[in-house]
Amino acid sequence: MLKDITLGQFFPGNTLAHRLDPRTKIILVVLYIAALFCAKYFVSYALVALVLVISVKVSGVHPKALVKGLRPIVFIICFTAILNLLYTPGEELVSFWIFTITKEGVLQAFFMVLRFTMLIMGTFLLTYTTSPISLTDGLESLLNPLKKIHVPVHELAMIMSIALRFIPTLIEETDKIMSAQKARGADFESGNLLQKAKALVPILVPLFISAFRRADELAVAMECRCYHGGGGRTKLHVLRYEARDYLVLAGFAAMLAAVLVLGHFGL
Amino acid sequence: MRPIIRVENLTHTYGVNTPFCRSAVKDVSMEIYEGEFLGIIGHTGSGKSTLIQHLNGLLQPTGGKIYLGDRDIWADPKKIRDVRFQVGLVFQYPEYQLFEETVYKDVSFGPKNMGLDGKEIDRRVRSALQFVGLGEDMLEKSPFDLSGGQKRRVAIAGVIAMEPKVLILDEPSAGLDPAGRRSLLENIREYHRKKGTTVVMVSHSMDEVAENVDRIVVLANAGIVMSGTPHEVFSHAQELMDVGLNVPQVTQVAMELKRRGVDIDPAVYTVADLRRALNDLRGGRA
Ligand SMILES: Nc1ncnc2c1ncn2[C@@H]1O[C@H](COP(=O)(O)OP(=O)(O)OP(=O)(O)O)[C@@H](O)[C@H]1O
Ligand SMILES: [Mg+2]
Repeated sequence: MLKDITLGQFFPGNTLAHRLDPRTKIILVVLYIAALFCAKYFVSYALVALVLVISVKVSGVHPKALVKGLRPIVFIICFTAILNLLYTPGEELVSFWIFTITKEGVLQAFFMVLRFTMLIMGTFLLTYTTSPISLTDGLESLLNPLKKIHVPVHELAMIMSIALRFIPTLIEETDKIMSAQKARGADFESGNLLQKAKALVPILVPLFISAFRRADELAVAMECRCYHGGGGRTKLHVLRYEARDYLVLAGFAAMLAAVLVLGHFGL
Repeated sequence: MRPIIRVENLTHTYGVNTPFCRSAVKDVSMEIYEGEFLGIIGHTGSGKSTLIQHLNGLLQPTGGKIYLGDRDIWADPKKIRDVRFQVGLVFQYPEYQLFEETVYKDVSFGPKNMGLDGKEIDRRVRSALQFVGLGEDMLEKSPFDLSGGQKRRVAIAGVIAMEPKVLILDEPSAGLDPAGRRSLLENIREYHRKKGTTVVMVSHSMDEVAENVDRIVVLANAGIVMSGTPHEVFSHAQELMDVGLNVPQVTQVAMELKRRGVDIDPAVYTVADLRRALNDLRGGRA
């Protein structure tokens, strides 16, 4: 079950999607999300979906891996879809008991599901094709202007990269500790809520201890390498936009523009 | 001898449908006999840990079957906990799984999960701690105040306390100093002798395996390349080296002697054997 959590996981590769500048990719995702939220009707959604499909194809990421990323939020998606389905006023289709399902409700629920799914898939595509290091590099570089108003951009980026770096490690560790306790007959599935919560103690205690130990070791290791924050630090790999970055950016900007125009005509 | 665990064409693939997809165990068939002390050796990443996690049903095979006695352990997935009580598995670096306030409470976690009554739990905890060589004065200590080696012993006791029919240990002596290693192995051997239960020990130290076990299974690249008594296995020294394993130091000495023209069986694997062989060469004089 824990193996299904794919957040922050990176699938190495050497496709166009992997080679793009991380800043470009972050901007692309922003443009993509903007387009997704401006999309009004079938044509617009189809356009954005087409872009998503092409991106997935280019990235070489297995579509199953993307679908797997959806699993943790299936419940939320269904819940919002049902709410939308039942509580949108409009032209009545069927009605039973206290509920009426309207044509608008059906459409709204459908678009809602579509929007959520595509949103998650798009952002996951970013983390699948961008290593955590270059992702935070890109973010730091994009947010650099905020340094002028004393936002600790470098520190935030460092915190984020460490967190991203340790998500898989912690998941692996949790898995291992769970296995070890299961080998001693621990039971995480049955029982009521209280018993289930109690069953977590044998996992959480060793996990916290090892997380603190790791944090401590990491801090020492960073100090040993003379890390003292962002001031005066230079980069080994300086980010530079290439022609392909401009091209892809232009493509995505065109998509957003097209969606806006289509939206104007209610398509 | 009767097999207590039977592995049939076991295959396990990690990360199906991801780019990291790889088989850690491929088409492995083997038997573990009742009452034996079995050693499993193999280089890093050869699939030892993956293999043994199937024996108590922690991992589900992607192909093949595991039988405990005559029963397929996955015949009824709801009963998998019973399998875990009968096949006790001590993980690699088990000290990281300790969580209770006292040693006593931690060791009793397993027996408690079995649903035993207080008196039986008490007996088992005390006897398990004795087997791993920890005194009564440890009972009320916090496991986090112990040394690394003592923590490891507490963790092993936690599995022994379930009194499993088969005890499996994954590299029990990894990261201990030589004295700690020796005394821990002595404890395990003692446990095997007194209890008469089946013990499986995973290791990549040849010397350790050579001196303790009745039978050896050699894993390399996700498959079994050899199995047999230590004598049988170490007479194939060259093949072992080809799969990236060493032979015991004693065997290396004998092989070198043989190469230099001494008439000696190179498949000796304990110091006592080598001494005997050398004495025989000198005509029985000590
Ligand atoms: N949870 C996992 N997910 C993906 N791959 C794994 C996982 N566990 C092990 N592997 C891979 O399976 C292979 C076998 O691993 P395993 O832990 O069984 O080796 P081992 O023989 O126990 O090695 P060691 O002596 O280092 O403990 C390795 O190549 C490893 O990378
Ligand atoms: Mg291992």
